[in-house]
Amino acid sequence: MKDTLTETPAAADTAKIATRDLQVHYGDTHALRDVDVDIPDRTVTALIGPSGCGKSTFLRCLNRMNDTIPAARVTGEIRIDGEDIHDPRIDPVQLRAKVGMVFQKPNPFPKSIRDNVAYGPRIHGLTRTRAELDEVVEKSLRRAALWDEVKDRLDALATGLSGGQQQRLCIARTIATSPEILLMDEPCSALDPIATAQIEELIDDLRSRFAVVIVTHSMQQAARVSQRTAFFHLGRMVEYGDTGALFTNPADPRTESYITGRIG
Amino acid sequence: MTATWILLILLIIAAASFFLGRARAIACAGGDSRALHSLPGHYSWATVLVTLLPALLLLALLEISAALTPAGTLAVVILALAALAWSLRRITPVFRARATVERGVLALLILAACVAIATTAGIVLSMLFETLNFFVQYDWREFFLSATWAPRFQGGSELGFLPLLWGTLYISLIALIFAVPVGLFAAIYMAEYAGRRIRAVVKPGIEILAGIPTIVYGLFALITVGPLLRDYFAQPLGLGASGSSVMTAGLVMGIMLIPFVSSLSDDIIAQVPQSLRDGSLGLGATRSETIRQVILPAALPGIVGAVLLAASRAIGETMIVVLGAGAAAKLSLNPFEAMTTITVKIVSQLTGDSDFAAPETLVAFALGLTLFAITLCLNVLALAIVRKYREQYE
Ligand SMILES: Nc1ncnc2c1ncn2[C@@H]1O[C@H](COP(=O)(O)OP(=O)(O)O)[C@@H](O)[C@H]1O
Ligand SMILES: [Mg+2]
Repeated sequence: MKDTLTETPAAADTAKIATRDLQVHYGDTHALRDVDVDIPDRTVTALIGPSGCGKSTFLRCLNRMNDTIPAARVTGEIRIDGEDIHDPRIDPVQLRAKVGMVFQKPNPFPKSIRDNVAYGPRIHGLTRTRAELDEVVEKSLRRAALWDEVKDRLDALATGLSGGQQQRLCIARTIATSPEILLMDEPCSALDPIATAQIEELIDDLRSRFAVVIVTHSMQQAARVSQRTAFFHLGRMVEYGDTGALFTNPADPRTESYITGRIG
Repeated sequence: MTATWILLILLIIAAASFFLGRARAIACAGGDSRALHSLPGHYSWATVLVTLLPALLLLALLEISAALTPAGTLAVVILALAALAWSLRRITPVFRARATVERGVLALLILAACVAIATTAGIVLSMLFETLNFFVQYDWREFFLSATWAPRFQGGSELGFLPLLWGTLYISLIALIFAVPVGLFAAIYMAEYAGRRIRAVVKPGIEILAGIPTIVYGLFALITVGPLLRDYFAQPLGLGASGSSVMTAGLVMGIMLIPFVSSLSDDIIAQVPQSLRDGSLGLGATRSETIRQVILPAALPGIVGAVLLAASRAIGETMIVVLGAGAAAKLSLNPFEAMTTITVKIVSQLTGDSDFAAPETLVAFALGLTLFAITLCLNVLALAIVRKYREQYE
């Protein structure tokens, strides 16, 4: 790994997320093979690769959402802050509060904007008073760059917001449980260019506090928002490194074919 | 000649017009169907419509006004043939047969909708007529406000409907209190927890309940549930010694209603998008938190609809009540006492030698109309609730 940026240390002992020999099977499909990767904290890491290559599968391993898919079988080691997340002492429910996830299609609950953001804090008992909860709601919405647009209608239905606003609400909802890692699975693929630009800007801000792992279909987006990029192909992680280097000087011929548009 | 024969003749003319219309259209396009404005089939159907409709209308008018005469028959057939000739003359390559067919289809659909509405109106009107007859002979205040139901065929009956209404509501309430939680929990289990293999066994298993005739449920109430409740609850608690009771009928009716609640709710819960589940689980909610806070609220309108449907069934049920709760009209709070419902009394007032001029018989229609009004209100309520929540959740 030819990592030169000091702000993105990737050594195993300082990695926020580290996987070793990670394999995922769905029934007979071997969807993810031998993935070894170290993802640093306070960095945006982009996952790129053709459809069906296992990007979403990899992302779902990191917060054990694959547990909710009956056919999925995950083997190998995943460590977050050095702790094995498959350890029996780890409660997947608490892990998911720590490793938040934003999905491809905005999926606000059919509740008010306030209740959407307050959902996580309520479930995890993070606040004791109504005032504290309101504070968390406001802080999360501000961090998701949505506060000014919705502060006068917190009790309106979240499903009435525009697509881009809904996606920022989902980000706010995820932030509200105070996670340390944010996983985003193609968060802009259902959005128009303006909303996409807003979310990208937001992702750049989020980097100051979270480790962000984002799956994207757009190489321009990966280049714009990420510091590190991993390229997946047919269930394998083919190449992983500094975003600039990966795009300008790919080491693997498959990476080169993909970024020049020959496979995909 | 009977109407059947005329219809047969019209059918033959229609079949002929189908082919004639097509042939004529193709002929006037010089054999090239691409030169036509519409598809050849449209010309066929347009010709059939124009041929049949006036003739059928005339036939219906003649049938209603008087018995069909040979002259009338002839008139119908001639009208059909004339319409056929006219519609064939009308066909040119630019004739928009497609639009004619569209109008015909629309008319057919409107007709179908009218049949349903007209039937409802007919039922209500016939009931209303007899009900008015009843209220001519019997004071409506007595009917709606008296707490005694004591029909006597020698006259001087007391026909207060309150005890029947009370019995109906009491039994339905017990049935719903039993059926709604059980049905809903079963639905949640099937939709959210059960694996595919378990589901394949459990779901049909529950739905078998819906296929059991209500008379069989009634027998079950009579010979099993009634005596059990009497021996183990009513008598030890000192609440009576009757095998027939509100509780018996309510419980057995509740069992009958389980599949109504569960299978509708199951479908509705399964329709809640997976993305909402993922969103909630991804925030660290447990499965049951997800169900309680996200899935049930999103599915609520449909579930309310399912419950109200079950309520309509409960209110209209007769057999289980006769065999489970008896036929004694009573106003009492004790669930172990025999009571009865509106439907049971409708049946008992109309069976035997009924004299359709006596209030004791006519009261059945008043009861029926009241029952209809109650279920109608229930359905309107259901619609209102569903609409309110739909606004909120979409
Ligand atoms: N729930 C599932 N059940 C079975 N197979 C799945 C499931 N999800 C994904 N797969 C399979 O795993 C492979 C990787 O899918 P995915 O991770 O969604 O790819 P990507 O997100 O890169 O497009 C694909 O072949 C896909 O068909
Ligand atoms: Mg994907």
